[in-house]
This record gives sequence, structure tokens and C-alpha cells, in this order.
Amino acid sequence: MSRIIRRHTIAENDWTLAVDGTTQPRASGKLIVPLARWRAEREELVAGAAAIGVLLPNTEDVEAIYPEIADRPLIALQFPVFADGRALTQAVLLRNRLGFTGELRALGDVVRDLVFWLGRCGFDAIVPRPDQDLEACRSALDEIRVAYQPAADGHAPVWATRRARATG
Amino acid sequence: MYRYDQIDRELLAQRTEQFRDQTRRFLAGELSEDDFRQLRLRNGLYQQRHAPMLRISVPYGLLESAQLRRMAHVVRKYDKGYGHFTTRQNIQLNWPQLPEVPDLLAELAEVQLHSIQACGNDTRNITSDYLAGVADDEIVDPRPYCELLRQFVTLHPEFYWLPRKFKFGFTGAKVDRAATRTNDAAVHVLRRDGAIGYRFFVGGGLGRQPLLGQEMNSFVPESDLLLYACAILRTFNRFGRRDNIHKARIKIVLREWGIERFRAAIEEEYARIGSSAEGGQLKLLPEDIERMRSYFSAPPYRPATEAAADVGERTARDPRFAAWVKRNVRAHKVPGYRIVFVSLKAPEQAPGDCTAEQFETLAELCDAYSFGELRSTYDQNLVLADVAERDLHELWMRLDAARLATPNIGLTTDMIACPGLDFCGLANAGTLGVTRDIYRRFDSLDAQYEVGPIRITMSGCMNGCGHHSVGHIGILGVDKHGEEWYQVTLGGSPGNDAAIGERVGRALARNEIADGVERLIRAYLELRSDEDETFIECYRRIGMAPFKARLYETEDSEAAAA
Repeated sequence: MSRIIRRHTIAENDWTLAVDGTTQPRASGKLIVPLARWRAEREELVAGAAAIGVLLPNTEDVEAIYPEIADRPLIALQFPVFADGRALTQAVLLRNRLGFTGELRALGDVVRDLVFWLGRCGFDAIVPRPDQDLEACRSALDEIRVAYQPAADGHAPVWATRRARATG
Repeated sequence: MYRYDQIDRELLAQRTEQFRDQTRRFLAGELSEDDFRQLRLRNGLYQQRHAPMLRISVPYGLLESAQLRRMAHVVRKYDKGYGHFTTRQNIQLNWPQLPEVPDLLAELAEVQLHSIQACGNDTRNITSDYLAGVADDEIVDPRPYCELLRQFVTLHPEFYWLPRKFKFGFTGAKVDRAATRTNDAAVHVLRRDGAIGYRFFVGGGLGRQPLLGQEMNSFVPESDLLLYACAILRTFNRFGRRDNIHKARIKIVLREWGIERFRAAIEEEYARIGSSAEGGQLKLLPEDIERMRSYFSAPPYRPATEAAADVGERTARDPRFAAWVKRNVRAHKVPGYRIVFVSLKAPEQAPGDCTAEQFETLAELCDAYSFGELRSTYDQNLVLADVAERDLHELWMRLDAARLATPNIGLTTDMIACPGLDFCGLANAGTLGVTRDIYRRFDSLDAQYEVGPIRITMSGCMNGCGHHSVGHIGILGVDKHGEEWYQVTLGGSPGNDAAIGERVGRALARNEIADGVERLIRAYLELRSDEDETFIECYRRIGMAPFKARLYETEDSEAAAA
């Protein structure tokens, strides 16, 4: 079983990514399926597996799709190349606007130098590219420990912090 | 001047260490060239012809003496003794060595200077009116808003990997001195019925398809600066094209969608932010703005004296001083004070270049005469914004001794140019030789004064860093079968009358271009209705045809002779 980063720790990956459309659900297994398959086989998938997560292309409008996936325990978002930041907006919207509290997983060209930004945008599960050093990736979550702006990791906006200092 | 607090200092220090580690890994072979490229760009490092170029952000063009002294130090220690001011008010170094850049950045960080997001597909340094706070046409000082937005977009995790670069430009005055509509987003700070707000334009940009920003919202309330900026950036991050680098700017989304759909998308996102918890976090309170405004309060001006008469007397005695006062000194909103332009366009000097000695001199001069501050301008010059009239003559003598008093602001030899083929890895043609040739033709002040205000701008390639698209006379260097050729555009303007110049016709060879520009200017002198009609006014009145005929007249006469 491969290892990933989950909530600041290195953990076993207990989910199977089924991108080819043929992997069949097993009663004991947790399966991540593409949105199209989720839409086509929703009933069968839920009946057959322990848990089903959904993988969204980074071109999808998460606000429009959300009613279909709001009850999922896991949503996976994609980075076809690490400098393509569309999934960062998807993540922020899922966390802040839509209130998604399940696992938010980053897949694809996930390199150590993307990890800090993923953490700030609300990803709590990160699957690094196979050539990346897991421990280095994990520690990259805290590369920069102060922030100017709110995102989806609980940092207060700097103007609010200064406001509080001025009155406190 | 904004002063860093502990939060700002920690953020910059940690960022500097982050890049030090990235550089170390690249040099150790742990990071590929491709992966490192994305990281170094976001720290201001661009691969150039001879060495990496390091772009240092100068937020809204404001510098103080300690920063100038540090610049003098770093260009000596890490470069060849000079820096280059750009149209985006930044400073570029052409010769740093990559292994030394982390140390260089650490030295800059000690004086609140950095290269964060100076290049790359992210939100770039914010530019502003270089006369903010002192211009007599100012409605609202834009600098507090620039700094609030600078902090919001700095290391913003959602907008750190955009489809393409994104530039903000601000003004709070009636006259647009910051070419704001050439930016991806222009913010005009203004008042309506007594309340402060922002007029937003979106979709400007030069380069391959030069376009001017279109109005998105005529009045966003003062509290909503960050909400509206967030709505624009989010819309861009979602919908900007990533399949073609030449079609990735936000202006292409606007063009492909049309303004109605584009505006509706931004306004809808703005409304959604406003009605969510996110909006509550992003909304600025009056105290936030007041706190930021306190950093930009007026300096302790001394009451006016009879010094003004003294200036008049000295100008009568000294024609060189008089010429400088006439061209490089402007009225100040406070009686007894003047705004002084420092020309970085001396003869035989690359436009915008500044030596270590000049950085040091400028540090001394702004300490002695302008409350320790200096501004960089859109036109690649500098400004001492708060000079007492009684100090003008002494200041002029010291500037003159440092070759910083060329009295040519706004004239023919005050050309804008990118570094061109001599330095830049993207350039197709040289710029510096051409500006030198044009300069020599109009070096005499009498010739320049006869021509009057004119904006000659030049870029060494399509990317348009020299703003050729918005020059009255724009020159674009192109490569034709390995030779340098130059296309001419006419009628562009970056200001309130913003316009994209029109291409005249075929390109001119390297040995023809300066003659061609001279013929255009001679044509203007013959065709203008009177001495008060400027080049751009004349062009707008009579159109391109007479200028075109003169630009290519040698070719026609050669053809006729043959």
C-alpha cells in the first residue's frame, strides 16, 4: 500500500484510484472514481464498496456539481502540471463556500514545492508524484508560517490580526 | 512609506529561506530545470542572454534612502555596478550569479525589498501614480490601497499559479500618469457623493495583442477592494486559457466572451463573495484603511518663505538651471514646495539605467531635500516629490554633477526602452543602439523644445516591455532572417486619452530607423497647425497618411530614380 500525506502526517493510502473505469468495487474497499462514472453507476458503486470518493477534472464548476457529490467522504482534485492552479480555486470553494468537510485530496503532478499552497487551500490529503520525497513534502506544509490573507487553512487575515492588536 | 511590522518581516524572511532551499536543491541536481523555472520566476529570476536577470519589486514605485544605499551595495557586490529602472517602476539587475541570489535577496529583505512575484504567472508588483500624495489633481492618495492589495495578493495560495501574469495599476488623480489601462486590472480610486470607492477596468495588456482595459464597475465601495480583486483573480484562475501561452492573459477571456458575459461573471462572483463568510473576512473596515493611511501621511512641510523669488532670480542668471526648472520641475500642491524629476535619460545612457554611485547620490539627495523618499516613474525616470523651493538650485547642482539633471522630461530624448537584444533572452532586436541614434539627432535642447512633448517608446520584441504600443511614436524590433528590423506605430498613448498605436507599414532596417523617426518629427513640425499643437494632437487631426508618406519617402524617391 502506498503512502501519502494526510493531515500533516505520513499515512497509508487506503483508497484505490479507479481511473480506467474497470476496477470493480469491493465490499471492503474504498474507491475513487471519475465524476462521469459516479454519475453513470452511482447506485452500483455505493452498494458495492465500503466508500466511494469522486475525482473531478480541474475544468469542472464545483458549485454546479456540488449537490451530486456533497455527501461523499472524499473529493479528489487534479494537477495535470503543478503550475496549473485551477484545482486550488476548486478547493477553496469546496471548503469555504460549499462547506465540504470530507477528505480533499490532491492528485497528479504534485511536487514538494506545491505542497505549501495545497495546505493553505484546504487540501488535507496529498499524493505526491512518485519521485518526490514524502518527508520533505510533509515538512513543506510549514515552509512559511505566517500569511497575509485568509484561505482555507484557518489563517486570519493580517488586517484582522492588526485590528485585534490595536484594540487589545 | 509603509513600515514592516513583525508579521511582514517574518513572512519575507521565511520566503527568502524557502527560495534559498529551492536554489540549493536545483544546484544539487534535485530539482529539474523545468520545475525550478516556475519557482525562480516567482522570485524575480528570469533567464537572460548572459546571466539570470533579477527583477526587484518596488511597490507602487516608492523607495527610501536606506533602500537606495542597499541597492548601491548590491549592484556593486553582485552585479556590474548598475541597475535598470523599468516601466513597471521596478529595478532589474542583469548580471547576478544564481548561487549568490539567495544572499542578495537576504540583503534586500533587511531593507523591505524583495522579488516576490516579480516574474511568473502570478500577481505582479502593483504600480501607481508616481505623484501620489503630492499631485494637485489628486482626488484620493492611492498608496494605502496599493499596500492593502499588495499584502492581499502576496503569496496568495489560490492565485499563486495563474494562467499567466496579472498586473494591477492604480491612480487616484484626474490625470492618469501610470498607464493604468495597459494593466490587466486598473483601479481608479475616486469619490462619489463624498464616499471613496474604486472604478475598475479589466482586460488591458500590451504584448502580442495590445488592448486597453474595459470598465467593469464604475464604483466599488471602499470596503470592497479585496472582494472585487478576489472576484477578478478567481474568474481569471478558473477561466483563463492554459492551452496557449499567447492566449492566456485575462484580456483574451474578455475578448472571447465579450464584455457583457465577462462582466456578468465577475459581478456574479463578487456578489457571491459578498454574501458568504469569505466576504466578511475580506471586507476592510474604516480602521484598517485609516491604519494604512497613517503610513502615507504628509511629511512635515515647513511654511513657505520668500524662496520662490530666489528661484526666479537664479533662473534669470543661469540658463542651464532655468532649462532644468522649466522641464524637470513641477508645481506641488503645498506652497513653497516643488516636485523634481530626476532624468535617467542622459546622453549615451541606456534609458532607465542607474549606477551604484547614482544610487548613493540619490540616497543623499532624498535625505537632504525630500524627506528621505524617492519614486520611480512609468517613464523610467525618478521623482523627488517634496523639494523646498529654496533648495532647488543646490539640488540641481548636485544632480547635475551626477549626470541626473538632463532637462528632457517629456521630450524627444526622454525615450522609454526595454534592454533589448543586448541583454534580454526574448528580444528579437536591439533597442539601445537605436535610442542612442535618435538621441544624437535631437540632443540639442533647442531642437527638443521646438518639438515639444512627445512620447517615443521602443521594445525589442512583441512582449512590449518598452510600451511601444502606447507611444506617440512606437518602435518594435523584429527579426527578419537574422537581421534586426523595426516596425513603427503611430498615435498610441498610455494616459487619459489612452490608445493603441497603429502600425504604419513595412519595417525599417537598422540603418534606416533613426532617419525614419527624424522624418516623422520633421513632418510634424511642418504640418502642425501652430506651435501649441503637440505631436499627438497633430497626428489625431491629420491622420496617418502624411506621416506614412514621409516615413517611406526615401524608398519612393529611390524607386522613382530607378
